[in-house]
Amino acid sequence: MLTVIAYAVAVIFVWGILSRFIIWLSSPNPLKIPTTPAPKTFSGVVARIAGEVVLFQSLFKADKKLWLGGWIFHVSFLLIVLRHSRYFLYPVPEWVMVFQTIGIYAGFTLILALAFLFIRRLTIDRVNYVSSFMDYAVLLLLMLIGITGLTMKFIGRPNLIDIKAYILGLFSLSPEAMPDSTVFILHLLLFLLLLLYFPFSKLLHAGGVFISTTRTQTDTPVEKRHITPWAK
Amino acid sequence: MAKIGAPELTGRIEIPKLAEGASADQKSYIAKPDNMAALSFPRERLPNWKEKAIEKFGELLKKYRSLQLSMDICVKCGACTDKCHYFIGTKDPKNMPVARQELMRKVYRKYFTTEGKLFGGLARAADLDDNLLDEWFTYFYQCSECRRCSYYCPYGIDTAEITMAAREIMDSIGYGQKYTLEIIGKAETIGNNLGMLGPALRNTLDFVEEEIKDNTGVDIKLPTDVEGADVLLVTPSADFFATPHVESLIGYAKVFHQAGISWTFSSYASEAGNFGMFIGNYDHMKTINKRIWDAARELKVKRVIAGECGHAWRAMYSFSNTLNGPFDYLDKKYPSPVHICEFTLDLVKKGAIKLDKSANDGFTVTFHDSCNVARASRMGDKIGGQFIIPRELIKAACNKYVEMSRGTTHAETFCCGGGGGLLTDELIDLRVKGAMPRMQALKAVIDSNGVNFFALICAICKAQFTKIFPYYGLEMEMVGGVHQLVSRAIILGAKEGV
Ligand code: SF4
Ligand code: SF4
Ligand code: SF4
Repeated sequence: MLTVIAYAVAVIFVWGILSRFIIWLSSPNPLKIPTTPAPKTFSGVVARIAGEVVLFQSLFKADKKLWLGGWIFHVSFLLIVLRHSRYFLYPVPEWVMVFQTIGIYAGFTLILALAFLFIRRLTIDRVNYVSSFMDYAVLLLLMLIGITGLTMKFIGRPNLIDIKAYILGLFSLSPEAMPDSTVFILHLLLFLLLLLYFPFSKLLHAGGVFISTTRTQTDTPVEKRHITPWAK
Repeated sequence: MAKIGAPELTGRIEIPKLAEGASADQKSYIAKPDNMAALSFPRERLPNWKEKAIEKFGELLKKYRSLQLSMDICVKCGACTDKCHYFIGTKDPKNMPVARQELMRKVYRKYFTTEGKLFGGLARAADLDDNLLDEWFTYFYQCSECRRCSYYCPYGIDTAEITMAAREIMDSIGYGQKYTLEIIGKAETIGNNLGMLGPALRNTLDFVEEEIKDNTGVDIKLPTDVEGADVLLVTPSADFFATPHVESLIGYAKVFHQAGISWTFSSYASEAGNFGMFIGNYDHMKTINKRIWDAARELKVKRVIAGECGHAWRAMYSFSNTLNGPFDYLDKKYPSPVHICEFTLDLVKKGAIKLDKSANDGFTVTFHDSCNVARASRMGDKIGGQFIIPRELIKAACNKYVEMSRGTTHAETFCCGGGGGLLTDELIDLRVKGAMPRMQALKAVIDSNGVNFFALICAICKAQFTKIFPYYGLEMEMVGGVHQLVSRAIILGAKEGV
């Protein structure tokens, strides 16, 4: 059953993201609207986007505390994903081992950062005002994923060999028997829920930031005429 | 309009607690049917307005990636919530940029997303009903499209784009704002926002010429429709008669005169401003912009120069080439409009004109970066030239210059509170409050440095500040243009060695 769900979610996730990108990319930018000062060259734009994606530059200018909380969350998430790659890769490459210990710490910082974001959302009147149930729910979901993950590490200790065999089976499209661990199943289900929600929600920001019009356009309206089919 | 209350000036900008509905009564007047019809919009609200609005919404999502993306990717992080001058001034939570966006996003969720269809209210999806449309009309005309929020948003979401789309949708169902649409009507039929006809314009300019002659003893012309002039100057029409705008107009004329460059106004394109931008309507923006390029071609000028105006500069610098380019009929050296500040500074640097700074010794000057110049365009070749060039020019024209505090200038500048189609009397309370952050920053340098000249490069900024200064107990004579300083400092008469 879990296996079927996992495949279904994977298909929906990939289809959802792809179709969203198709919607995004098929909608044109009729005018030059970079938020200036903006770079004049493509490499300048790459640097600007890298600054946004890696360092959250604009957010840093806007709100230092939020920047710190948000950045720690995202970096922790990345480290945890890297750590998890040892469950999908066989044989396990050398570099993955680097993330084993730090990935555990990241589990804790992830939960702390999420708690901070949750409390902040609840207590700052301006942010609370614009938050919906779903904005809180997704933070809780992420926290639960983190907590079940750490539970496996420190309390439950399911059989890793089984889990790895199961996951590798999923990836190679020849599913093995489901591991016999409630925490693991819960962890996986919650994660699948996140994947399912992703393409239909604000989580899409992870992809959108790369094509944001005001950040990706060069400031070259004069140098090169910018034309779009509908706006001739 | 009972309560036009100017906040107290403390020199500090504080983020207020929310006061729901605090500016809900600040509503623009609805456009008259004839005015709507003249611009090819429905005369009045259509009976099936809701379906039409959703249809238009869907169309705009397909036409503007910026709109589609901002609908999808806002995480409601709240980084923008304290960045809008209208929120800081009015305390109304719906003036927080993300809350303004949410007015539209609610509808997007309901009609265009799976999330909204599945979770409805939990995801804050909502129907576009009379009430919500009413809120659209209120709060999308409480945004000056200044883009301050877009500067801070981690994904560059630009509320100005959303405001423009909302206005476009409302216009398309016959629910327009009187102020902007009247002006667009005049600009498209008569050629300027004031509806001033050619002869009236000539009269005014004759009068200005006399005044210059009286004050300086020099014969300085403000020519109109001179074929074959080198330069076509396009300036906001307020420059022709409003105070202090006209002082900058005199400044431009003196610069051309002294540098010996032949120039002209066009009575056909006697307006730099382009209110088509404010309502997010591509066709009207193009029509208004086209007058400039037709005039330039007809008058066979070599180049086009833009006078002091914020959004006009955005339209001419950022959009013009897309709308009506390429300008292959201009001199190849100047293929696009040049900002008057860049032009004048260049002449100063080349020594073609000389400025006597001491003429402005009575002034301690500070400079307000107009948002449309700061965050939506550039001057000169250098990135950030829009900040450097006006400052260099001011410093070339006076001895005492002071910056306002960090976080309120350059790309982080606060809007004057009257831009984006809000410079209308019925919104005066909003305008007074929206100016508050800028006024606080100004107050701080008045107190610490004795600033007594507030230099601007935008016609709307000038009109807005002259109007609202008295509410804050400040002298409106402090408000002036950058070329007003140039005008006072320029040395007229025989030239040495140019
Ligand atoms: S800063 Fe951007 S992402 Fe954050 S709430 Fe505002 S618009 Fe949304
Ligand atoms: S564009 Fe300017 S006025 Fe509009 S919401 Fe953003 S900060 Fe406020
Ligand atoms: S009038 Fe000036 S400050 Fe106000 S929106 Fe326009 S450019 Fe910005």
